[in-house]
Amino acid sequence: MSNDRQTSTGASRSNSRHLLRVLTAFVPLAAFGEPGAPLSPTNIFAPASAPANTIFDLSLFVLAITGAIFAVVFGLLIYAVVQFRKKVDDDGHEPPQVYGSSQVELAWTVIPVLIVVALFMATARVIASVQRAAQPANAIEVVAIGHQFWWEYRYPALNIVTANELHIPASDPAHPGPTFLKLLSADTDHSFWVPRLGGKTDLIPNRENRMWIDPHETGLYLGQCAQYCGTQHAKMLLRVYVQSRDDFDRWAQEQSQPAHTSENTLEGKRVFESTACINCHAIAGTVANGHFGPDLTHLMSRDTIASGVAPNTPDNLRLWIRDPDAIKPGSKMPAMGLSEQQLNAVTAYLLTLR
Amino acid sequence: MSTATTIVEPEIKSDLPERGRVGMLSLIAAESAVFTIFVVAYIFYIGKSLSGPTPKDVLSAPIFYTICLLSSSLTIHLATRALHLGNVRSFMIWWFLTIALGAAFLYGTASEWHRLIYEDGLTISTNLFGTTYYSLVGLHGSHVIVGLLCLSTVMTFALLGKLKPEHAYRVDVLSLYWHFVDAVWVVVFTVVYVIGR
Amino acid sequence: MSTDSIALPGMNAGARPFVDTLHTWVTTVDHKRLGILYIVYALIFLVIGGIEALVMRIQLIAPHNNFVSPQVFNRMFTMHGTTMIFFVAMPVLFGFANYLIPLMIGARDMAFPRLNAFSFWLTAFGGLLLYFSLVGANGLYGAGNAPDVGWFAYAPLTAQTFSPGHSTDFWTLGLLVSGFGSIGTAINIVATVVCMRCPGMALGKMPLLAWLNLVMAGMVLFVVSPLTAAQLMLMVDRYLGGHFFDTQAGGSAVIWMHFFWIFGHPEVYILVIPAFAFVSEIVPVFSRKPIFGYPVMVAATVGIGFISMSVWAHHMFTVGMSANGNTFFALTTMAVGVPTGIKIFNWLATMWGGKIDLKAPMLFCIAFLFQFLIAGLTGIMLGAVPFDWQLANSYFVVAHFHYVIVGGILFALFGAFYYWFPKMSGKMYSEPLARLHFWLFLIGFHLTFDFMHIPGLLGMPRRIYTYEPGRGWEIWNLIVTIGVFFQAAGVLIFVANLLWSYFKGKAAGADPWDAWTLEWSTNSPPPAYNFAVIPTVRSRRPLWDLKHPDDPDWKYE
Repeated sequence: MSNDRQTSTGASRSNSRHLLRVLTAFVPLAAFGEPGAPLSPTNIFAPASAPANTIFDLSLFVLAITGAIFAVVFGLLIYAVVQFRKKVDDDGHEPPQVYGSSQVELAWTVIPVLIVVALFMATARVIASVQRAAQPANAIEVVAIGHQFWWEYRYPALNIVTANELHIPASDPAHPGPTFLKLLSADTDHSFWVPRLGGKTDLIPNRENRMWIDPHETGLYLGQCAQYCGTQHAKMLLRVYVQSRDDFDRWAQEQSQPAHTSENTLEGKRVFESTACINCHAIAGTVANGHFGPDLTHLMSRDTIASGVAPNTPDNLRLWIRDPDAIKPGSKMPAMGLSEQQLNAVTAYLLTLR
Repeated sequence: MSTATTIVEPEIKSDLPERGRVGMLSLIAAESAVFTIFVVAYIFYIGKSLSGPTPKDVLSAPIFYTICLLSSSLTIHLATRALHLGNVRSFMIWWFLTIALGAAFLYGTASEWHRLIYEDGLTISTNLFGTTYYSLVGLHGSHVIVGLLCLSTVMTFALLGKLKPEHAYRVDVLSLYWHFVDAVWVVVFTVVYVIGR
Repeated sequence: MSTDSIALPGMNAGARPFVDTLHTWVTTVDHKRLGILYIVYALIFLVIGGIEALVMRIQLIAPHNNFVSPQVFNRMFTMHGTTMIFFVAMPVLFGFANYLIPLMIGARDMAFPRLNAFSFWLTAFGGLLLYFSLVGANGLYGAGNAPDVGWFAYAPLTAQTFSPGHSTDFWTLGLLVSGFGSIGTAINIVATVVCMRCPGMALGKMPLLAWLNLVMAGMVLFVVSPLTAAQLMLMVDRYLGGHFFDTQAGGSAVIWMHFFWIFGHPEVYILVIPAFAFVSEIVPVFSRKPIFGYPVMVAATVGIGFISMSVWAHHMFTVGMSANGNTFFALTTMAVGVPTGIKIFNWLATMWGGKIDLKAPMLFCIAFLFQFLIAGLTGIMLGAVPFDWQLANSYFVVAHFHYVIVGGILFALFGAFYYWFPKMSGKMYSEPLARLHFWLFLIGFHLTFDFMHIPGLLGMPRRIYTYEPGRGWEIWNLIVTIGVFFQAAGVLIFVANLLWSYFKGKAAGADPWDAWTLEWSTNSPPPAYNFAVIPTVRSRRPLWDLKHPDDPDWKYE
């Protein structure tokens, strides 16, 4: 991803890009600030969407001020230690005993107060711009429900229920179509954090939270759960696919269909529906209507299984069903205790759920 | 050999407060914070129960027992004043009355709870109201029990003839605790039986 | 270690049976002995907590590592945090407060010596109760049943449904019990400072250490209680079927967060204010000047105490509070930086124009100033709410708070150890060993905690037992882990120094630092009764007045 593909959301963004290039003379920021550099796909200093870019702008302001404070105070500290160090040939007399100074105290009270006021004003403005953003008419509405240890996504307007891989359309700056997420939880606390798209917001049971993202560039954005939720908190990974409008519409169309049926896998379908699988999983258009685990209707449309932990290959799928702890120890999926034959049949059946 | 190098000057009179009172007031500060949190939880959850009996359904203000408890603040004050004046007999009467009034209050709480549990079906696990009600009133009740135990200990010493007027200060400090327990009841009563209903 | 430094004829410490010595220590009500008990207890748990950290860092040295299972790792971070806060930091600071306050205010003991002992044993028992979880209930099978809910134990993860068994209960009860001990000690400190100062020592004349511990103790009274309340509520939920935090019954997970952080945020000020106290005593002595702006230092600390009670929800910026709520807490969070900054400037001004002696206590205090400055600034960054929406719950926060607690508090503590060790033991420590400790620990600290900010900025959340390759986190985690070994080496040298010096060190005398507060006017170690005659003071530096009778402080204060 090169610089010229960065579309601007306004003057402030290109100004910050310029500032960034100036500051890349400093190694630390250069390491962070190069957009698209392969340093990290989850770099908060490589925003690819609102509100991540608004946050980035604020962060530069905060870093500049705190950096200046650090330079001044640290400089004074070094100077004091060097300049007022006890000399080798010290005469043993005590130095002048100074008890205080009202003027000095006043100065270093007033100046920090002014700094706080400046920082606070900038902060308040960005809080308002993010939290009070109105939802435009053509926003995509997604309900994200956190589970131990996977993500459920529902698109009420599009009649879609899916899991773990969030697909959204890229937003056109001329006619913004951001994605607004309603965040719920089915069990304990979770947090949705995809750094390049936006800050994190928690998913808390018995509470409805709201967040939005407005990406302009297509691509796959990574993140993971950011609120400790139990044993496999570390493996509750996030994958957000920002697609072109056409691609997204095509995906949505497929996702809203009931499951494919195939003659060859009736045996597997029978195993699935007669064992405990249907207690937890749903497959649209069949009798399986469990809600504890991910919806499997279009399982094969996903790149990964177990919330991003393993690639979605036949071998991994088979292993997951046979022994989930081998892939994600402590996940809520039990080892199903199927025979080899049942395992093969069920796997073959699931592989048809495109 | 002491290396204590001190200035021995004319005695500067020390006007510092007394330890027992400061200690008890510090304890009261900490206890107030505990009660505040339970009160906040109670107020936060007013009206939020999903099911089960509501305060309006089952609560009736225990006016009589409240008067008992609050009167015991008066009697304990009279008791400590008597002891300060050297009148141990008078002290014992008022002290005993304090204990009796406190015990009456506890009896009132117990009978109210008995009715709530066995007739109205409200327990600590019924709903949010039950949880917060029993926790808050129970926390207060447990402090009344502790207070009564302390008061009874003092009563025992008095009956054994070991209590003297020079102990008045210590009894004063204990009475601070008792006044605190009564003051908490004023708050709990207002929140539970007035605001919350 | 005997505090009876007056040798009575025929009294030979070495000849006393071990059981006798043990008995005196177990039944002591002497504030000095209790102080040492607290300190030794804390040092033992420091090593245990450090091992827990080491286990975590080895697991995180590379992605997809298999050093420990996820279950064990989750217990490690829970126990590490809980241990370090409640059974290292609180006890060691209470220990120093216990030891020093009566000596510095010219008293013979704390206000309530038996309550003092009771509070110590409650705290100690709480720690043992927490660690009993390793063998209690489901026992050693599966490496014990230590709590694994994180040190702030968010609901509803702590409900019976999500945390069956007893591990969470050991967390709750251990802290409940030690919390009572904390409140007992706080009551004692308040009563001692308010009621037992020697003649002439008005509040405005007492050492800053006494003032700051008074503020700390006042905070403990109001702050530990909310945690006690919340834990009682949690027990009601877990064992009596209550619904305080039961989201299925309409309860709120967020209200646990509010109650916890109403405790949790002021708690870190409770930890740092005594560290400020150490720095406020050491820096003047090693700069050969009085503290700059004593009244402002007192006012700033009191201000910090109050303001810090209003910032707690900055730990909750991501839970979906309203814009107004977030804005309010942003303001208070940034505001608390003002009095804190004032203190840094005052310490700097104390050094300014002085004659700085770079002995070990001062080295650690200078590092404290540098590191606490950085910690405060990263705190300001976290107070900029939208920036916090990225940084919260990431390794940036972990780096920030370790910068405060290790870079600030622990460094100040090391300074305090070296400064008062001669008083407590009567022996001087080895200065070369102390410097070695300083440099090793400084290097290790910066390797670990400077570089720990970076994975946070690159999207690494906290409390994860492993991480994905390809996110750019590997090299930083490796450096962070390497730093731990330097810190461990530094701590080992520190302990060795204290032990060796206790037995073999040079005699220190009453006042090895040429200092100015009352503890230096009595023997090292002080006799059981502290002072032969209760002193009368006229200024904040009574020993300065004695050493400079022509130019006493009370003419200028």
